[in-house]
Amino acid sequence: MLQILLKRLLIAIPVILIVITITFFLIRMAPGGPFDAEKAVPPEVLKSLNERYNLDAPVIVQYKDYMLNLLQGDFGPSFRYPSRSVTEMIFTGMPVTFELAFYAILVALIIGIFAGVLAAVKRNTALDYIPMTIAMIGICMPTFLLGPLLVLFFGIHLELLPVSGWDTLPGDKILPSITLGAAYAAYIARLSRGGMLETLNQDYVRTARAKGLSEFNVVFNHAMRGGLIPVLSFLGPAVAGLIGGSFVVETIFQIPGLGRFYVEAAFNRDYTMILGTTIFFSVLIIFFNLLSDLAVLIANPQSRSSQ
Amino acid sequence: MTTMKYLAFPLFFLLLSCGESVTPVDSGLENQIFHFGNGTEPQGLDPHIVTGVPENHLLTALCEGLTIYNPKGGPPLPGVAESWDISPDGLIYTFKLNKDAKWSNGDPVTADDFVWSWKRILTASLGSQYPDMLYYVKNAESYHLGEIDDFSKVGVKAIDDSTLEVELRSPTSFFIKLLHHYSTYPVHKETVLKFGPIDDRYGEWTRPGNFVCNGPFQLRSWELNKKIVVERNPFYWDADEVKLNEMHFYPVQNESTEDRMFRAGQLHVTNVVPLEKCPVYIEENNPNLRIEPYMGTYFYRTNTTIDALKDKRVRKALAFAINRKQVVERVSKCGQQPAYSFTPPGSDGYFPETSIPFDPDLAKTLLSEAGYPSGKGFPKLEILFNTQEGHRKIALAIQQMWQENLGIEVELVNQDWKVYLSRERVGDFQISRAGWIGDYEDPNTFLDTLRPNRGNNKTGWENPKYDELLSLANRTIDRDKRYEILNEAEKLLIDEMPIIPIYTYVRQYQLSSDVKGWYPNFQDIHHPKYIYLERD
Repeated sequence: MLQILLKRLLIAIPVILIVITITFFLIRMAPGGPFDAEKAVPPEVLKSLNERYNLDAPVIVQYKDYMLNLLQGDFGPSFRYPSRSVTEMIFTGMPVTFELAFYAILVALIIGIFAGVLAAVKRNTALDYIPMTIAMIGICMPTFLLGPLLVLFFGIHLELLPVSGWDTLPGDKILPSITLGAAYAAYIARLSRGGMLETLNQDYVRTARAKGLSEFNVVFNHAMRGGLIPVLSFLGPAVAGLIGGSFVVETIFQIPGLGRFYVEAAFNRDYTMILGTTIFFSVLIIFFNLLSDLAVLIANPQSRSSQ
Repeated sequence: MTTMKYLAFPLFFLLLSCGESVTPVDSGLENQIFHFGNGTEPQGLDPHIVTGVPENHLLTALCEGLTIYNPKGGPPLPGVAESWDISPDGLIYTFKLNKDAKWSNGDPVTADDFVWSWKRILTASLGSQYPDMLYYVKNAESYHLGEIDDFSKVGVKAIDDSTLEVELRSPTSFFIKLLHHYSTYPVHKETVLKFGPIDDRYGEWTRPGNFVCNGPFQLRSWELNKKIVVERNPFYWDADEVKLNEMHFYPVQNESTEDRMFRAGQLHVTNVVPLEKCPVYIEENNPNLRIEPYMGTYFYRTNTTIDALKDKRVRKALAFAINRKQVVERVSKCGQQPAYSFTPPGSDGYFPETSIPFDPDLAKTLLSEAGYPSGKGFPKLEILFNTQEGHRKIALAIQQMWQENLGIEVELVNQDWKVYLSRERVGDFQISRAGWIGDYEDPNTFLDTLRPNRGNNKTGWENPKYDELLSLANRTIDRDKRYEILNEAEKLLIDEMPIIPIYTYVRQYQLSSDVKGWYPNFQDIHHPKYIYLERD
């Protein structure tokens, strides 16, 4: 297992290097620069800004300097927010995005597994059809629709929950977590139903039943371990997707997370911020994929032997 | 069904525990805490570095220049300067500073602070984007461009601690109106130098705990992308006038989110009203909706270096073929006024005497005189605009008007903001959407942009007579005479039509009825020292 881990970590290094290089040159190829503004910047001011941010050097020199700084852990200053360093901005947004993703995945797991297992156990009954139909709607409904709908109902109509904010008003984390978690809950419901259906037909489950175990015991202690493996392998990319894709929810609910910084940086041509966040997200995605692969290895002896 | 019951109970209690809470607007009323929808996250709080409206809102609360903008319109009010004298030739301004003016750490604000601060913004390596606001001061431009090194040659001097003398390079009748702009604000020398050199851009000094300035409020906390809290500055010279205890600035970029926050009682004032909501709120007579004249013009730039647009008859034909009334009534639908001049009428008592008729027949005649009868032989015209639904709708309407009234083919090209800006900068466009908001209340802030060699001209249009008229106007001290000259320049501009005015902006936003001391004004500057909260 250690070997697999090392192998994966070694592959990760060139992947990240390629990501950095491609991003570095791509953003510089995009028309428009970080200092383009509606009120034209006088040429002499532009010159002094370019000098200060090393943008007057040839691109390849800029690349070399950036990589050398990166080796020392320096992501550089943000171009858009002159008084902030990229590292500071990432570490300000990261805990918020992580917290949001954590609650969202919790919502997704609780609702998804509950609905999926229930649907599998009560196959072809109303308890199967209804949750699965809702799951299908959940998968199809984009967060930018679900979020405002939840806000209008619970926030403005019923006046029960705050419509925006994060750690500002009591209960302001509930709606964003549900909104972000909903689509994933739907996926998890379908995956766990599929996995459970397959496992419930296995011989060892039949044996357990034949030995007179209670249905609860059969489902929870025997079937679920195998039945939820698809969910486990989905979790890695899901967590990475939740963190990287939280932009819409962060915007709808005015949450100061990393997703907003990322997208705004791209619009503002904030080169260092785009690179910093891209590197950060790539490392995260690689890490979570690795984590979920490891979890599957531990949970499923079959995959261990096939490796 | 039992499972549903199990689920329903915790959910119900969860919701119940969160409900019945007092909204920030309600509690703000009791504690005089003002919740302000501020658009975007400010770039920073260094008045010499930042540009933009959200930054202006914050800096008006945190710092103060020599004068402050008169919230009810009219001449500027005393800020740090309690009075000022202007020499008869209009060149020397002598400011008497208020002896009670203090920084938020208790230090007195002195004339030297202004001298040093103006030196800072004119230091080229600082990379300030607003040094030109001070170019009217003698030798300021030369110092900024590195033509002279000796700052003592620049026309700003501290006669003593409370007397500041400013010498201009030529009489500039609107100079006093520039002095409430944040680029002319003083910064606390010791604090800035404690964290870096004079040209330090990284602004460690602007962080909470470090920040020292001289406005009615001081910085308490700054959470990125979440909110900035400012609280009363006990050292402010006019602290008795300040009624609010705190102001909370929220960087809410999404218009719909902001609208929902306002409806849920989380904001006292919004930055904007969502495009699609404006006509609905007008129809509903929403009492919170505010639509007020604003010193800004929405217009189309023409690229006069392109063959087809070189001829002013073509540019006029394009302008005369637009039904502006229809654009504001049927397309933008939020109280905008059709524009028949570049300068919005009423900018400090200036009313342009220009007109731009909607006359398709005349437009057709002009186009055929220019060699394109019924639009024949006219190349396909491209309207460039930055991606936004409002701009697209207007471009669609104008595309249709031009096609119908002139028989020319028009294509719409929308681009991401930065791509649009860079295409405008290098002149890679034919017609481009534009907007201009005045920096100070004077026609010069508009008309100056179209003088030759101005970065914001972007049309390639140059007219020596126009340039001469503007320079003459700026040297003229008598207001009526000056406005006469400016009117002549404006007429020349509209006759040449390098830009095609479409409508005059309005400020549309929502304001809670609890907010008092908030006066509509042309520059949309609401000095927080006059604002207070009270429920009728």
